Amino acid sequence: MVHSPAILFFRRMFRRKLVFAAFVILSVIMLMALVAPWVAPYEPTSIKIIRRLRPPGELNWLGTDEFGRDILSRIIYGARASLGIGFAVVLVSMTVGTLFGLLAGYFRSLDGLVMRVVDATMALPDILLAIFLVAVLGASAFNVVLALSIVYTPRVIRVVRASTLVLRELPFVEAARALGVSTRRILSVHILLNVASPVLVQATFIFAYAVLAEAGLSFLGAGVPPEVPTWGTMIASGQQYADSAFWVVLFPGLAIVLAALSLQVVGDGLRDMLDPKLRKTL
Amino acid sequence: MSAAPLLAVEGLTKHFGRTPHIVRAVEDVSFDIAPGEVLGLVGESGSGKSTIGRLILRLIDSTAGAIRFDGQDISRLPERQLKVLRRNAQMIFQDPYASLNPRLRVREIIGEALDAHRLASGARRNERIGELLETVGLQATHMSRFPHEFSGGQRQRIGIARALAVEPKLIVADEPVSALDVSVQAQVINLMQDLRQRFGLAMLFISHDLDVVELMCDRIAVLYLGRVMEIGSSDDISQRPRHPYTRALLAASPKADPDAPKIRRMLTGDIPSPMAPPSGCVFRTRCPAATDECARVVPKLRSASGGHRFACHYDTAHDEEPAAA
Repeated sequence: MVHSPAILFFRRMFRRKLVFAAFVILSVIMLMALVAPWVAPYEPTSIKIIRRLRPPGELNWLGTDEFGRDILSRIIYGARASLGIGFAVVLVSMTVGTLFGLLAGYFRSLDGLVMRVVDATMALPDILLAIFLVAVLGASAFNVVLALSIVYTPRVIRVVRASTLVLRELPFVEAARALGVSTRRILSVHILLNVASPVLVQATFIFAYAVLAEAGLSFLGAGVPPEVPTWGTMIASGQQYADSAFWVVLFPGLAIVLAALSLQVVGDGLRDMLDPKLRKTL
Repeated sequence: MSAAPLLAVEGLTKHFGRTPHIVRAVEDVSFDIAPGEVLGLVGESGSGKSTIGRLILRLIDSTAGAIRFDGQDISRLPERQLKVLRRNAQMIFQDPYASLNPRLRVREIIGEALDAHRLASGARRNERIGELLETVGLQATHMSRFPHEFSGGQRQRIGIARALAVEPKLIVADEPVSALDVSVQAQVINLMQDLRQRFGLAMLFISHDLDVVELMCDRIAVLYLGRVMEIGSSDDISQRPRHPYTRALLAASPKADPDAPKIRRMLTGDIPSPMAPPSGCVFRTRCPAATDECARVVPKLRSASGGHRFACHYDTAHDEEPAAA
């Protein structure tokens, strides 16, 4: 083999231009979030009342908001909170969801209990449940992560459980059992390695949902406190000026669309790559 | 059999599901296998062959009956007390694609067997994996490859190497060649013959192909709807079948000689549902010689000669066609 599997993998995935474009956009957004203090032209919280609600121009590329704060800088800093919360939600729901999904799928005695809880949670509309949880827990970034993790973990449990149910019956798992391989190793090696790809695909989708949901929660006032710049809080505080100063809500809105759409497209690309049936046709 | 059997199965029964939808997959099956002996298990699909193999290895739990391995009944032991079985009985699977974890290298697939029983570690581990690969006709350098880099036959060899890693006394081979190309089948059969000689392996050889079974096995058990219809030496079964089902199977298996007289097809229809097996003799619905008695009385296994036994009220040993139904 000339190339490592990873290189071949990405080469094949990026053969689709849309996936490649989405990946580039996503990388740029994430990179900007990481190095925000160096790339943002202004402090996101520095108030200049004289320059309030200025349209996009030379000094403020994307205009200013009702307090004269630079919108571009706030979008860049907002990416930190928005993507940070999204990423935290992905991390928590993946970890917890994979664990419970494996257990429910492998140990049939646990399945009934776990799946009834999952069904009950999934029966409630996502955003309503999240609003309820934040209302109960209190509005903070941590509680938003907690609430959204509770909302999205059941999805992961479903995906992992379904794959585990298939895998546990496969001969290579039977072979491991016949060899006396420990159940822990069967779960952590034979099953986990093979559910990794559907879980990874699910992760990108949950990332997108979480970014959207965070914006929705903040917009509704049930998210992070309004003084923290996130894409959601920017739209929420700017909405009353939207008819006279469209840029106040348009650009944060575009940031949300761009980030969520890119995540979805990358997720789609990953799924097509990881699904052996689709891979052959690519 | 003179020697104490390595494996003795008595009254083995497996029902799936709950009342009223019980699937009677295996019903009161008894046989034994002496050390180094190969017993063939033949039957149509749905006859419970694979279920028996999995029951013996405790991959699934039996409903009733005893499974004595080296004299100890392992049918009810908890998993942590099964070390002896796990070390001494292994399985070779039908599907060479599904039986190897696609995400693991061959080194890990075979090494796992060594790790599970702490048979070799460090440099010795790699050495042993190389030895095993060479034993099954592959090369030691193959250990750093992934399963998808091999052909079906090669994968089956890897599966065999994995089974041999713990130096078992018994191997359950579940249709080990039926998923392979005909040209490769012969190679794998030859390999298994060699290994059997070399390591004195006993085998439960599960197949629906009577020719392969005749070639591989010392004795054959014919299974129908989870019950043993006839059991005896390979010669008894292939040359002197006593049960009408065995005779039908033999007649149905294709012969290499185009001039051989064509025997009319004796078996029609499908195997009945194991959820609602026929009363009396389970084969009576497809038996050309069935009578009223067959519907009432379950035929017991009875001796023909030596170890040759069959479960039929009538003796169809003679060459003439059984009385027309």
